[in-house]
Amino acid sequence: MGFEKFLFYVLAATLIAAAGMVVTRRNPVHAVLFLVVAFFSSAMLWMLLEAEFLAISLVLVYVGAVLVLFLFVIMMLDVDIATLKAQFIRHLPLALVVGVIMLVEIFLVVGPGNFGGESFPNPAPQGPDYNNTRELGLLLYSSYLYPFEIAAVILLVAIVAAIRLTLRHRPDTKYLDPSKQVYVRKGPDRVQLIRVPPEPRRVPPTATPTSGVEDEA
Amino acid sequence: MIELWNSLPEVIRILLKIVVILAPLMGLVAYYTLAERKIIGYMQIRIGPNRVGPRGLLQPIADAVKLMFKEIILPTRADKTLFIIAPLLTLAPALAAWAVFPFDENLVLADINAGLLYILALTSLGVYGVIIAGWASNSKYALLGALRSGAQIVAYEIAMGFALVGVLVAAGSLNLGDIVRAQSGNVFTWFWLPLLPLFLIYFISGLAETNRAPFDVAEGESEIVAGFHVEYSGMTFAVFFLGEYANMILISALSATLFLGGWLSPLPAAWVEGVFPLDSGFHWLLLKTFFFMFLFLWFRATFPRYRYDQIMRLGWKVFIPITIVWILVVGLAVVYKLPPWWSA
Repeated sequence: MGFEKFLFYVLAATLIAAAGMVVTRRNPVHAVLFLVVAFFSSAMLWMLLEAEFLAISLVLVYVGAVLVLFLFVIMMLDVDIATLKAQFIRHLPLALVVGVIMLVEIFLVVGPGNFGGESFPNPAPQGPDYNNTRELGLLLYSSYLYPFEIAAVILLVAIVAAIRLTLRHRPDTKYLDPSKQVYVRKGPDRVQLIRVPPEPRRVPPTATPTSGVEDEA
Repeated sequence: MIELWNSLPEVIRILLKIVVILAPLMGLVAYYTLAERKIIGYMQIRIGPNRVGPRGLLQPIADAVKLMFKEIILPTRADKTLFIIAPLLTLAPALAAWAVFPFDENLVLADINAGLLYILALTSLGVYGVIIAGWASNSKYALLGALRSGAQIVAYEIAMGFALVGVLVAAGSLNLGDIVRAQSGNVFTWFWLPLLPLFLIYFISGLAETNRAPFDVAEGESEIVAGFHVEYSGMTFAVFFLGEYANMILISALSATLFLGGWLSPLPAAWVEGVFPLDSGFHWLLLKTFFFMFLFLWFRATFPRYRYDQIMRLGWKVFIPITIVWILVVGLAVVYKLPPWWSA
């Protein structure tokens, strides 16, 4: 238990420090990278809870995909840090009010009474043959099939909507259609040979002696 | 010897095992670069490097020494910390993925249940090195190159993930050792045959993931002169390439494990039980891995570079639909117990 507890405190400290950096760093790219660290630490905490499937999925989905897209967007935006700084102070009172309300709400729902080993005892450790992934799959595809399917349909709708929103055809761009390109035949589609009649030889104008001198210089 | 081994603390034992895996791997990476130059040389009817050492055998060492003593140039107003971290971020996942890789029956560093998922998650982290390198360089060419490579890696990762889902359905396990055991039999019971489209897509996506020809728009030396790593020099540049070659070896070894039966012998086990070179063992895995590693080089010498829009079209519009259809086919085959793969 000793080593596990040590790991927990190290990971928890990393998680809180990284989460603090996410909201305090002025540079948005640095903030996203600290968010990566935060997600990774929480994944490792889940791993300590023997939820290896969820832990690895968190890394795969959030760190490997979602935050990469965050980085893509943030790198493209040229964020002016000076104006951000000025507005930060201006909105401080409002932010304080919102923060205090949220803190009180969290305190009411998960107050000190809800913490501690007494209210949440350790789940019994499973044997080496226990397969977390299989158990999760069995539960997900039997008891929770309908919520799972509904979530899948909502995601599908989101994908279709996102594609529809960004799909636009600009008539001025020259768009290549590969399925048409492969049907190009060797003969008239690709190369057209034109017989150009030879141009009659033009008599060059007689050069003036001054221009010749300039050329030599 | 065994007593000495058992007397060591567990942390030391694990560290020694990691060294035993990584030291030959780094040696392989070094000589893979020489093999690449030699093989492509012979394919183009020239000799390749032959000056350093007998038949050029010391060339990788000369390269390493040169790169180590070159100056690391930090661009003005670059983000210095991230600029140095970025190459490490490409190398580290390529090395960490070997932790769950089975080299032989019972010869694996960490025999975990979700091994395939672990590898998928770690390889998906490699894209950070590319993006951070491009951004931290504070150069528009590096940034554009990073966006280009990043988009390519993210696109092909999806096709690769779907190909792995097919393997997972076929084997019924995420453990790499179990995936190999599910293929036991002979060369025709390996997964390359029932999962042929996924096998091809996995390897081709692997080419694109590692930024190798014909998908090497990250480098594109004959057209655009490098992308995200254009500002890098010396050892930081070398670490990017260590990562790239380590990733190529990883993709080769994974293709061999997931589709060509890993350490299994191509002949039925009953025929070759105990006959050394034919019996199942680590040497078969090595042979299969070297075959895929050779394909990487062969493709580079053979195919012309894809245009960027063609790369994107191939990834999104061709590979992903094919993998989704084939996962359905594999699912049906497993449910209806198609012999000889799922008859048991």
